Amino acid sequence: MNLILVTFIILLAFTSYYFGRKKALVIQSSQRLTALPKFYGYYLAAWCAAPALIIFALWSVFEPSIVKTFILQDYTDQNLTKNELQLIYTKVKALAAGTYTGNITNFLDESANKYIQLKGIANSAKVAIILAILIFSLSFAYRSVQKNDRMREPVEIFLKWVLFVASLGAVLVTIGIVFSLLFEAIRFFQAVKIFDFIFGTHWYPAKTFVRDGQPDPELMKDAFGAVPLFAGTFFIAFIAMCVAIPIGLLSGIYLSEYAGRGVRKYAKPIIEILAGIPTVVYGFFAALTVGPFVKEIGNAMGLEVSAESALAAGAVMGVMIIPFISSLSDDVMTAVPQNLRDGSYAMGATKSETVKKVIFPAALPGIVGSILLAVSRAVGETMIVVMASGLAANLTMNPLESTSTITAQIVVILIGDQQFGDPKTQSAFALGISLFIVTLLLNVIALSVVKKYREKYE
Amino acid sequence: MNSFKKNLLKKRYNAERRFQWYGKIAIGLALSFLAVFMFQIFSKGYSAFQKTWIVTEVHYDKELLLIDAESPSKDDLENADYYDVAYKAMTSLDPGLPEEEDRQLIQMVSYKYEAEVKDLLLKNPDYLGKIVPIKLTASDDVDQVHKGNYPRDIPEENRRVNDYQLQIYDMLNERGDILLEFNISFFTSPDSREAELAGIASSFMGTVFSILVCLAFSFPVAVLAAIYLEEFAPKNKFTDFIEVNINNLAAVPSIVFGLLGLGVLLAVFNLPRSTPLVGGITLSLMTLPTIIIAARASLKAVPPSIREAALAMGASNMQTTMHHTVPLSMPGTLSGTIIGLAQALGETAPLILIGMVAFVNTIPGTPVDPAASLPVQIYIWSESAERGFVEKVSACIMVLLAFLILMNLAAQIVRHKFEKKWS
Repeated sequence: MNLILVTFIILLAFTSYYFGRKKALVIQSSQRLTALPKFYGYYLAAWCAAPALIIFALWSVFEPSIVKTFILQDYTDQNLTKNELQLIYTKVKALAAGTYTGNITNFLDESANKYIQLKGIANSAKVAIILAILIFSLSFAYRSVQKNDRMREPVEIFLKWVLFVASLGAVLVTIGIVFSLLFEAIRFFQAVKIFDFIFGTHWYPAKTFVRDGQPDPELMKDAFGAVPLFAGTFFIAFIAMCVAIPIGLLSGIYLSEYAGRGVRKYAKPIIEILAGIPTVVYGFFAALTVGPFVKEIGNAMGLEVSAESALAAGAVMGVMIIPFISSLSDDVMTAVPQNLRDGSYAMGATKSETVKKVIFPAALPGIVGSILLAVSRAVGETMIVVMASGLAANLTMNPLESTSTITAQIVVILIGDQQFGDPKTQSAFALGISLFIVTLLLNVIALSVVKKYREKYE
Repeated sequence: MNSFKKNLLKKRYNAERRFQWYGKIAIGLALSFLAVFMFQIFSKGYSAFQKTWIVTEVHYDKELLLIDAESPSKDDLENADYYDVAYKAMTSLDPGLPEEEDRQLIQMVSYKYEAEVKDLLLKNPDYLGKIVPIKLTASDDVDQVHKGNYPRDIPEENRRVNDYQLQIYDMLNERGDILLEFNISFFTSPDSREAELAGIASSFMGTVFSILVCLAFSFPVAVLAAIYLEEFAPKNKFTDFIEVNINNLAAVPSIVFGLLGLGVLLAVFNLPRSTPLVGGITLSLMTLPTIIIAARASLKAVPPSIREAALAMGASNMQTTMHHTVPLSMPGTLSGTIIGLAQALGETAPLILIGMVAFVNTIPGTPVDPAASLPVQIYIWSESAERGFVEKVSACIMVLLAFLILMNLAAQIVRHKFEKKWS
């Protein structure tokens, strides 16, 4: 139904474009045109499609919730909680669609009939309103075409608005992220105290699972402590940085200061391939090759190593991050003005002394920025940890044991079917918003550090 | 020069040399990681492009097929009972085997062997009543033994292929009745729980659909947004806010977009779960900032003289932008788009959250059918315990990497071929 309506509107818009252009050619025979003929077409098409589509979109967004309030009005006297009402509404919808399998009460049946009726009214009202709008806006537009008003300006203003709305898309995504996370997270924090979440040291959400009913609040208190996850996240990121910083930084220095043109031209893109490999591939590599390898070495040295160790995940993540640090620090160091180098050489310093004492300090803010960006990348990394570092949230500082991270727990909680309204599902969103805040902070700091540095030499 | 100074100089030169070596070692390490990585994937994965067949003889006995008609129609063949015929074809490999042990033989081929026996007859109806050789898909364990990926010297109770099966395998192998051929079904069949039957067709189509949806949603919005921000936006607080927003969005971890897809697309808009449609929209939110940034950079690279020339000829701002600036910036925008899509192609976590990890054993025909995607398929297979899946994962990774390389090449070509150099 909706598809037909939208197709109809779009087809009508196309027709009115050709109609408008033709009309312009007719006008041309008697008076001077105010714009190119195609603008007459655009004008009509825009007036035809835009109002109708906007109303259509608004209607589609608001119709379900309005219908819902109408249906649930009948249940207001029963003193039901929000979740129960939601359940009833789902049942009513399923019954109306003919997919309901539970036992049908009279009341439910009545509601379902009312639902079907309401939907029918809503549908016909939608079609009627949109047709009315189409007729109204088209006739309005056609009158100004007939009057031979100025055509180009309105069309261009309209286009500018389209561009503006598109640029709001990015803002809309951010708002969407913040609200979808906040909405569920707030509901989570109604069930679990925020204090318990931030300072609790036990993460074991599966414990709270109770069939049909509210979980025990005492259990809840102890099941959602996020400290092990924060610790695990930063621990694995730390291991990754231990791998990535030395290798990345030294590679960056070599590329910018020592390497010849040929080496630089080929080595840099090849190293950057490391960043382009999908993370799931790294995860497979870590789980299948690096994990057992670490375990074997550890066992040979007489150490207790779990097959899914934080070390394996962190090391592989470090390899993935090398190019972030090497390429960025290479860029930053190449941007250090040549006269700083010349000054240092003139004082008799060797190349390495120049790098260590002059170029590196000069480029330090940029390098710190690149490292912070890399850390934010490591914190947000998911698949490597999910596949290589186990899923049990241990609070440990032993790199040979398995730990879990925020991202990995989100995946564990949400894989498979979820029940919205369950604190376990909501906890994933609470984790998500903490992750979002952490990475956002890291990025803001990194960008401001880099920006400050740039101003210094330009 | 006294010896103290000489020593000092020597020390400094040594330090210089050492430092240079550190750099070389670091680069060497980074490159060798890549090399080891590629070697591992390729050495494990290439064998998945080959498939092991077991050749045996099948007797299409009319009586066993329960076909009464003199000249049976296609329907008769379709409805015939192939169980006994297929069973006999396998057990004839070792007629001396007692009946209660026959499972050992049956287990050497895939569980779909009956269907394979049926398909051969449906393709060649004149085989009815004859004894003909037939190729049956070997089970993944036999397949792995044949490819040499399975150690034969571990004790029998820890082995999935027992001594008797190995003996039959050796006999067949000597006779030349074990074939290794190019594995077409890896590309044409959907996912399966059985490693020997599993293919990437379903996840490949899922990837293609998600990327197309992602392109359809992100490209127009991103290009329009970039045009507004670069050409029309007034310099004010709100424009700054949009810009900061876009830059921060580019650094949000992908899993957060998965949560967005779950919390908004599935829970609020009730779009169908596990489908490329939702996956593509989620990915498009991720690629949006990437494309906007690329498109803005390439709009910025169009020299102002072009705009001034157009304006001087009496074009309006909008005409200047749409007729001159935007077409000239397209090569850069397109290559940025392809790179953004390549990033989206490798994403796994957001797709897992919106349910694209469901087991799908049909090939999706539209973006609203449930599907997996290539990276998710890698995840699903690498979580399975069966040994046969290891090479499948590696092969799937090879396909994915090939896809990525192609896209990056395309981006390079678009950039170098079509981009105008302004000097």
